[in-house]
Amino acid sequence: MSVPAQKPVTQQAVNTRPVQLWVAQILAILRIELKKNLMKKRNIWIYLLAFGPVVVIALHVLLGSSDPGGLSEDTNILADIFQLFYLRLAIFFGCMILFTWLYRGEVVEKSLHYYFLAPVRREILIIGKFLAGAITATFIFGLAFFCCFGLMYAHYGRAGMAFVFSGPGLGQLFAYLGVTALACLGYGSVFLALSLIIKNPILPGAAVLLWETFHAVLPSLLQKFSVMFYLKQLCPVSLLPDDGLSLFIVITEPVSPWLAVPGLLCLCAAILIFACFRIRRTEISYLAD
Amino acid sequence: MISPNNQIVFENVSKFYGEILGVNRVNLSLPPGVTSLVGPNGSGKTTLMNLMTGLVQPTQGKVSVLGLTPDQPEELFRYIGYCAQFDSFPKGVTGYEFINSFLRLRGLSSQDANRLTWEAIERVGMTEAARRKVAGYSKGMRQRMRLAQALAHHPTVLVLDEPLNGLDPMARSESIALFEALGKQGMHVIVSSHVLHEVDKISDQVVLMSFGYVVAEGQISGVRSEVKEHPMQILVRCSRPSMLASRLFAQDHVVEAKLHTDGAGLLVRTHDADSFYKLLSQIVQDKEDDFKLEAVAPADDDVNSVYQYLIGSGGGTV
Repeated sequence: MSVPAQKPVTQQAVNTRPVQLWVAQILAILRIELKKNLMKKRNIWIYLLAFGPVVVIALHVLLGSSDPGGLSEDTNILADIFQLFYLRLAIFFGCMILFTWLYRGEVVEKSLHYYFLAPVRREILIIGKFLAGAITATFIFGLAFFCCFGLMYAHYGRAGMAFVFSGPGLGQLFAYLGVTALACLGYGSVFLALSLIIKNPILPGAAVLLWETFHAVLPSLLQKFSVMFYLKQLCPVSLLPDDGLSLFIVITEPVSPWLAVPGLLCLCAAILIFACFRIRRTEISYLAD
Repeated sequence: MISPNNQIVFENVSKFYGEILGVNRVNLSLPPGVTSLVGPNGSGKTTLMNLMTGLVQPTQGKVSVLGLTPDQPEELFRYIGYCAQFDSFPKGVTGYEFINSFLRLRGLSSQDANRLTWEAIERVGMTEAARRKVAGYSKGMRQRMRLAQALAHHPTVLVLDEPLNGLDPMARSESIALFEALGKQGMHVIVSSHVLHEVDKISDQVVLMSFGYVVAEGQISGVRSEVKEHPMQILVRCSRPSMLASRLFAQDHVVEAKLHTDGAGLLVRTHDADSFYKLLSQIVQDKEDDFKLEAVAPADDDVNSVYQYLIGSGGGTV
C-alpha cells in the first residue's frame, strides 16, 4: 500500500454553493438508487403487479371476440382497471414495497452508514431517495398503464385512433399518467415516512390500506387526509358508487384539480418534512434492527 | 474543556442504549497522530467511534472533531473517513462503483471522482479486482476496499474499527505501515484492534477502555509510569550484570534484579525508573567499575503490558 502526500480535502474541487452542491448530491443519490430500484430482484413483484393487466388485456385482444364491446364500454373498463386495480392495489402495494425498502432496505443490508458518513445533509438524502422511488414507481406504473391504454384502443383500428387523437382519448391518457405520478408521490411519501418509524411495514401498510379504502365514509375533514380523496377527483372517468359502501358514503364538496393537485402535494410535503425531522435523529444501530 | 480545532474532543460524554451502558463520562482530547482504542469486546470502543462520526448521538455531553460537531455533516464529513466494522456493501456493486458512487455523493465532478477512486484503489492494491463485483471478494479484499473508501477523499481524520480483521499477514503489515505513515503526515488515525502488539508498534497514544469507561489514556510510556502498583521492568544488556545487581539492591526503589542465564544482562523491576536511569548513568560514567552498557530498554512499556496491568486480561489479544 502506498502513501501519497495527503492534500487537504477542502482544496478538492467540491461544489461549494449550497444549492449547487445539493443538486449534485441529489443527482448522485438518483444515480445510485435508480439503478438499484430498477434492477433489484425483489422488485419483480412490482413489475408483476404493474404488467399483470397488460398481459390480461393483450390476451383479450389476441384471443377475444372480433366484435369488441364498444369504445364507451372499454373506456369504462379501463377506468375500472385504473381506479380499482392500479390506484387501490397495484400502485399502493408497489409503493409499499419500493418506498419502505428505500430506507429499511439499507438498514437490513447494513449499508446506510455509507450515506450517513458522506457530507450530505440527511434531508437531502431523504429527498434524493424519495425522488428516486417516485421516478421508479411512476416509470413502471406509467409505462404499464400506457401499454394497457394502447392495447385497449389499438384493436379498434381507425376508430380507436380517432378516439385517441381526435377525441378525448389523449387527454384521458395524460390525466391517468398524471394521477399515476401523483399516486406514487402520495403513497411514496407515506411509506417512506412509515419506514423511518416502524420496522415492519405490514401492519401500518394494512392500516393505510383500510384508511384509503374506507376514506369515503369518514367525515369530510378527515377525507382530506387521504391520498385517494384527491386522486379520484382527478381521474378523467368517474366510477359509479355501486358497491355496498355507497349507503355510508359521506358526500364531500368536490375539489377542483387546481386545489386537488396542490392539496396532494402539500400533504406529501408535510409528510416528507416529518421524515426529514425524523432522520436527523436517526442512529445507526443495525443490531437492534 | 477547551476544544482546539485540531483535536477530537469528548466532553463528559455518556451513551446509553436504553438501559445498556455504551460509554460513561468520557473526557478525552485526542491530538493528531495514531491513537489506539484498546479494550475487550463491549468495552465501548465502537461506541466511541460511532459518537465521533455521528452515527450515534450522545445521551449527554458533547463531541467535537476538529472543532466541528456531528450535526454539521456537510462540513464534518469532508474531514472524516470511517472504516466501520460492518462487513457490508450496497448490493450488486463493483469495487470501483462502490468508491466512485460515494465520492460523487460528495459533490465531486466525474473526473475528480474517477481520479480519486483509482488513487484509493491503487493505494490498497486492489486495481486488478476493482471491476469485479464486491460480492465475489474475499474477506480481506472487502476489508481493503472499505479502507480505500474511507481514504478516498483524503480525510484529515481516519477512524478505523478493527481494520486488520481478515487481512493476510502481508496486507496487515502494509496496512500498519500505511496507518503509521498517515499519522506521521499529521492526520488523526484512530484505530481499534484486538491485536495489541500490532497497534503497539504504531500508536502515538492509547485509550484503554473497560466496561464503557476510559481506564487510561495518553502516550504508552506515560500511561505505564502511572501504573504504580506494578514495578517497571527494564532490560539491561551489559558486561558486569552481577556488579550492577549488587549496586541496585542498595536502592529502595528496586524490587528485583534477575540475572540472565547467559551472564550478559539482567531484568530489573523498579518503582522509580527515573532514579534507576540516573544510577545507571553514574555507573556507566564511573570508569573504575569497568562497566560496559550494550543496551537498555523497558520490558513492559507496551500496550499489552499496560492493558494487562489495568484491565487484567491474559494473552496477547484482548
